[in-house]
Amino acid sequence: MIENVKELLKAHEGLKREVYLDVENSSAVPQEVVDAMLPYYNQRAYGNPTLTHKPGWEAFETVMESAQKIAMFLGCETLEEVNFTPGETEANNVALLGAALLRKDKGKKIVISEIEPLSVLHVAEMLQKRGFTIVKIPVDNEGFINLEKLRGAVDKETVLVSLSAVNHEIGTVEPISEALEIVKDKNSETLFHTDASDAYGKIQFNVKGLDVDLATISSYKILGPRGTGALYVKEGVKVERILEGQIGTQKLWPGVENTPLIVGFAKASELAFQNFEENVNRMRRLRDRLMDGIVGKIPEVMLNGPRGDKRAPDNVNVSFLRCEGEALTIELSLNGVYVSSGSACTRRLLQPSHVLVAIGRKFSEAHGSILMKVTRYHAEEDIDYVLGVVPKAVERIRGIVGSTGVE
Amino acid sequence: MSRVPLPYNPKILELFRNPKNLGRMEDATVTAVAGNPTCGDMITFYLKINDQDVIEKASFESYGCAANIATSSIVTEMVKGMKLEDAWNISWKSVVDAVGGLPSIKFHCGILAVGALKRAIRTYYKNKGFSPDWLPKEPSFEEKQALEEEELAEMLSKRMKIEEEK
Repeated sequence: MIENVKELLKAHEGLKREVYLDVENSSAVPQEVVDAMLPYYNQRAYGNPTLTHKPGWEAFETVMESAQKIAMFLGCETLEEVNFTPGETEANNVALLGAALLRKDKGKKIVISEIEPLSVLHVAEMLQKRGFTIVKIPVDNEGFINLEKLRGAVDKETVLVSLSAVNHEIGTVEPISEALEIVKDKNSETLFHTDASDAYGKIQFNVKGLDVDLATISSYKILGPRGTGALYVKEGVKVERILEGQIGTQKLWPGVENTPLIVGFAKASELAFQNFEENVNRMRRLRDRLMDGIVGKIPEVMLNGPRGDKRAPDNVNVSFLRCEGEALTIELSLNGVYVSSGSACTRRLLQPSHVLVAIGRKFSEAHGSILMKVTRYHAEEDIDYVLGVVPKAVERIRGIVGSTGVE
Repeated sequence: MSRVPLPYNPKILELFRNPKNLGRMEDATVTAVAGNPTCGDMITFYLKINDQDVIEKASFESYGCAANIATSSIVTEMVKGMKLEDAWNISWKSVVDAVGGLPSIKFHCGILAVGALKRAIRTYYKNKGFSPDWLPKEPSFEEKQALEEEELAEMLSKRMKIEEEK
């Protein structure tokens, strides 16, 4: 298998340009972030922050200062509200399992939406096996949650509602404030969690103004290192740990803190929030250039998700009809454009992206979908390069499809 | 449960980049389809068969992943010049071997390709109104698998319609 990979990589030699747009699934860490992290591997603060020696105290200081920065960007009351975890997946697991299991005597109903990330969806399914009732709120064809259905779903049995602030696949900016108001109006005891991984650093998102109980943020989604994230827990809200082990400075996650990653997360946050407006406007311009270019240039293409301010500034998601997504990602890769697809083709007969299905896309439309996210580091030339490559790639794949599968 | 990365081998990559025998055949003797766009997996085979029941030409079109394209393409290469009886005996495993191996989650691509080929052969004799002794009455493994995939697609589509109506 490793030999195959070497050959695949060789097939990419001599590319004129490479444009990475798969920030949804991982990303390159900017040099400034790497530079900020490196000293913490072996020059300072490499101790365990709970121990009584200089490198330990340095680490404690560093973790706390990082938490403080993130607390400020999130709008927290205190830095204790920021709980580092190894990432979005773990933060969502803690939010759902740690909050629900603690409240199982109060009620056994959890409300989520149909388009939550898998770290919410699959955890909810796990709770369902343990006797909880899961209600999934439907969304409209642009991915906006149905607030009336939400109102109908929340009752005195509902211990937790979890709704993403911005959808990770189609970029829909959800009416979280209205949703929260409805939930608290129906049951003031119900905890409100939001996965804000695609909101933090990309749209105006402030826990203080919003008053949610729990919020997940992720480092790599803002171009920080992978392997770290945080769960905001409003002061006074109780959540249980879901893993046990050595107790460190972090209430909700055991084990030794990963100081360099936490430093990288804080640095990436600083870079995202420094010149926030400018960054967002830049991403939005690049996004629209890419989106309008594709939709305008290529026939039989559908935009997935809304346009304008109600769409995350970085997100582009399109479906090419008569075109299979996995084949397209390979063709694009061979031309230096790196994206992902909502196609089911990586597993046998598995359904395609549940988000695209939930907004009413047919399976054949979801199989031809491509997800791209721009960053402030992309240049207009990158976007124009992509706009040169994509039409040819789609045309070639459609040439293989021919009349097969035309409905 | 884990997700398998897909390090396609050089043969598959080559067939993906430069598929052999691609495209619709206007003078095909028989055409057969297997799979369903709902599953993201569909193949059309075109065969030109002469009076001696020999495949003179074969071509394909494929809505599917790189493995689907490569296995379809290789089947059209394998059957060229073959008697239908010999073509019938091509197994999906030999197709997988011919493309230099496939990740196991992609075996169904080879199965679907052979399923489409066998359907084409069956259709040819059905159109002729004659069934040779070597042609089994019962559907082969690959034909059954193709049917199963299509039925699953049908079921998923129906389930989606029901949910929409709700």
